[in-house]
Amino acid sequence: MLDVSGSATGKIVERCEALFGDLNFEAARAWKAAQPGRKVVGYMPYYVPRELIHAAGCLPLGIMGGGDQLEVIHGDAYYQSYICRIPRSTIELGVSGRLDFVDGMLFPSICDVIRNLSGMWKLMFTNVASRYVDLPQNFEDNVGGEFYRSDLKELVEWLEHLTGRTVTDEALRASIAVFNINRQLVRDLYALRAAEPWKVPSAEVYLLSRAGLVIPVEEHNAMLKDYIAAAAGQDRPMKDNSRVVVSGAFCEQPPLNLIKSIELSGCYIVDDDFVLVNRWEKSKVPTEGDPLLNLARAYLHDSLSMAAKYEPNLAKKGQHLVESVRVNKAEGVIFAMPSFCDPALLDRPMLQNVLKAANIPYIAFKYAENSGQMQPIREQAGTFADSIKLWSGA
Amino acid sequence: MTLITTPKKASKASDDVLKDASMTKQKDMMARHFDRLSDAPQTGAKVASTFVPGNLNELLMCFDLVNNLPEVNAIQSGLRKQSGAYVMEAEKHGHSEDVCTYVKSDLGMMAKGQIGPNGRRLPDPDVLLLSYTGCFTFMKWFELLREQYKCETVMLHTPYMGDGKITKDMVAYMVKQLKQDVIPKLEKVSGVKFDIDRLREYLRKSVKAEEDLVWVLQSAKTKPSPIDAYFGGIYYIGPIFGAFRGTDDAIEYYKFLRAEIEQRIKEGKGPVTPDGDMGKERYRLVVEGPPNYTNFRQFWKMFYDEGAVVVASSYTKVGGTYDFGFRHNPDAPLESLAEYCLNVYTNRNLPMRVDMLANYIEEYQADGLLINSIKSCNSFSAGQLLMMREVEKRTGKPAAFIETDLVDPRYFSAANIKNRLESYFQMVEQKRAGARSAA
Ligand code: SF4
Ligand code: SF4
Repeated sequence: MLDVSGSATGKIVERCEALFGDLNFEAARAWKAAQPGRKVVGYMPYYVPRELIHAAGCLPLGIMGGGDQLEVIHGDAYYQSYICRIPRSTIELGVSGRLDFVDGMLFPSICDVIRNLSGMWKLMFTNVASRYVDLPQNFEDNVGGEFYRSDLKELVEWLEHLTGRTVTDEALRASIAVFNINRQLVRDLYALRAAEPWKVPSAEVYLLSRAGLVIPVEEHNAMLKDYIAAAAGQDRPMKDNSRVVVSGAFCEQPPLNLIKSIELSGCYIVDDDFVLVNRWEKSKVPTEGDPLLNLARAYLHDSLSMAAKYEPNLAKKGQHLVESVRVNKAEGVIFAMPSFCDPALLDRPMLQNVLKAANIPYIAFKYAENSGQMQPIREQAGTFADSIKLWSGA
Repeated sequence: MTLITTPKKASKASDDVLKDASMTKQKDMMARHFDRLSDAPQTGAKVASTFVPGNLNELLMCFDLVNNLPEVNAIQSGLRKQSGAYVMEAEKHGHSEDVCTYVKSDLGMMAKGQIGPNGRRLPDPDVLLLSYTGCFTFMKWFELLREQYKCETVMLHTPYMGDGKITKDMVAYMVKQLKQDVIPKLEKVSGVKFDIDRLREYLRKSVKAEEDLVWVLQSAKTKPSPIDAYFGGIYYIGPIFGAFRGTDDAIEYYKFLRAEIEQRIKEGKGPVTPDGDMGKERYRLVVEGPPNYTNFRQFWKMFYDEGAVVVASSYTKVGGTYDFGFRHNPDAPLESLAEYCLNVYTNRNLPMRVDMLANYIEEYQADGLLINSIKSCNSFSAGQLLMMREVEKRTGKPAAFIETDLVDPRYFSAANIKNRLESYFQMVEQKRAGARSAA
């Protein structure tokens, strides 16, 4: 439990914590039950165009695996020991009936494991509509852009089929607008943390981000607004922590304890890649004109960088991390990556080389979503924080 | 993923004329190819590194580019028992123990001087043609190589058959990438102007070899099977999945090979193994997944010693699923390159892979399915346990699961595999006995 007693943000964080810990997704179930005919569409990391789901009148439900509280009983029988945790705990959620209210599932093209999970879903949950979302690796408007627009169009048709209702351009524009607000609020929250990290502990930022995956966006917007207002005015003691960026946790999520451990060991996390979908587009997606084209263009030209997305320009490879260190005035980078995660772990040496060239210190460790032992991580992060101080003092 | 040197001559000289022709030919083709690569700095030939699944050999030939396949180099390193040291070298340089060992074998080989199977240095590539059909690791692999070589890198993104079909939009997307990116960049690197008629001519040649390859692979429907479609199949797919599709060499190779196998069928013979003709065929298997290369012979022997022959495998479809009817089409050259890439085995979704294996069991009258799960290959491995259950459920035939790695010898446990295979063969026997008593 976070110590939230008496703090102005306490109530909000408590709610987020309850949402985070609820492996039955009661809030989403309640949303669905509130009105007949409502549908829920789940999605996996790292990104799907949630606007489309919203415009179809459905609830987008982000599924980030089972965390460290889910007992995996059946899931392990589907995966060899050398495959990461998130697919097995997601299967567990499915097999144990925890996702039995989910009408559709989307699997973005993040890696071979999630890709193959999309096929497993088709075989195992035949009553659920499931679909692979193929994101372009070509970033030219008339090539990757057109392909992605056509993919989005098909996704709209898929949603129309699922819901039996037409998705108009107008509805899409309205959904883009509401998600623009959401992304701006998440960016504001991140900016506030970077500016005054002692006021906004990363575990709270994380819980707030996670809440956005399981409740309606409008509710999340209100929650973010309230939290930011309360946190900004809140007095919390400032510590002499080192400022770090955490990189590599874009899919299987670290246990909440790991995030807390990093901060307890003397680091302020000032940027991360935990729940990318919440701020995938870096600025406002236009609300005029063709909404699908706007979303496609935003993906191509105005979205974050991560390992599953090709960087066509060698000179730009890894620069997003250097830029994040600079903008957020970080002093180092912690690579925290899930075990057996090919995209993250293959990317890491390249990112490390870029940091080396920019003279930015880093450390690296692996985790699993159900890692329990935090002592080694605390020690490693603590030593890192101390050494950063030593360097900056020298 | 394939292309390995031919097995040593195995059977009696009297019936060896045609066999010798194909074996010698492949060996000779390979030697010439590696020499061409090693000679490149002297001859001035430009080199393109690219991948096996969905490779565009005919297109590269249009620019006089010599095709270097890092996966094949990793296989060669595995067969020559060098990959273990290469993998460790890469890990020493900071690469995670968790990731694909093909990549690490390649990076380790590079760090240790890039010595090819001919004992000579392989050249640095002039261009990396990043066509990563069926596996995301390829993208990271070439980003890593690009960091080292700092050469032109050309991406060709193949959409995945997530919904089990190829759409017009997918093909259009790929053709546009070819026209707008791939071809202009290859022109720039090579200094050779693209000539679509030249491409057509190569594709015409591809079709001929493709026809014979399919015949060879499907010859395993015969009883006894004249070929082993996994261990032996890996040799057979070498030229066409590698640097020879679209050449006269490939046409000739497959013609010879076909004639040899026709002869074997006539004589009622089973496959050739490294120890000579296989004895009586006792088990017919379908295999899913790549093989292990560090202990290839030992692995194969565990099968032929028991009279087990692989009659169909998915691995021999990673460079194209020709047996489902796809052929390159000289009349629609770019579209056909796109469709070729889209069709490779690992670009098919899991339900399609299950269908394919279950159908193979029926069509090739196999006793069951064996999955060789590769520790470092998420593309193949993630989901295989479910595939196994589905195939078992559909066919009623027993399945077994073993685990090895492609090129990391640390993950080859001979005793475990042998035990697993023995109990699997017993299971097949029991199933047969059950079927007989029920009849
Ligand atoms: S954690 Fe990594 S390997 Fe596992 S599903 Fe996610 S991206 Fe893929
Ligand atoms: S993950 Fe598998 S398919 Fe991909 S490069 Fe490695 S061995 Fe090949």
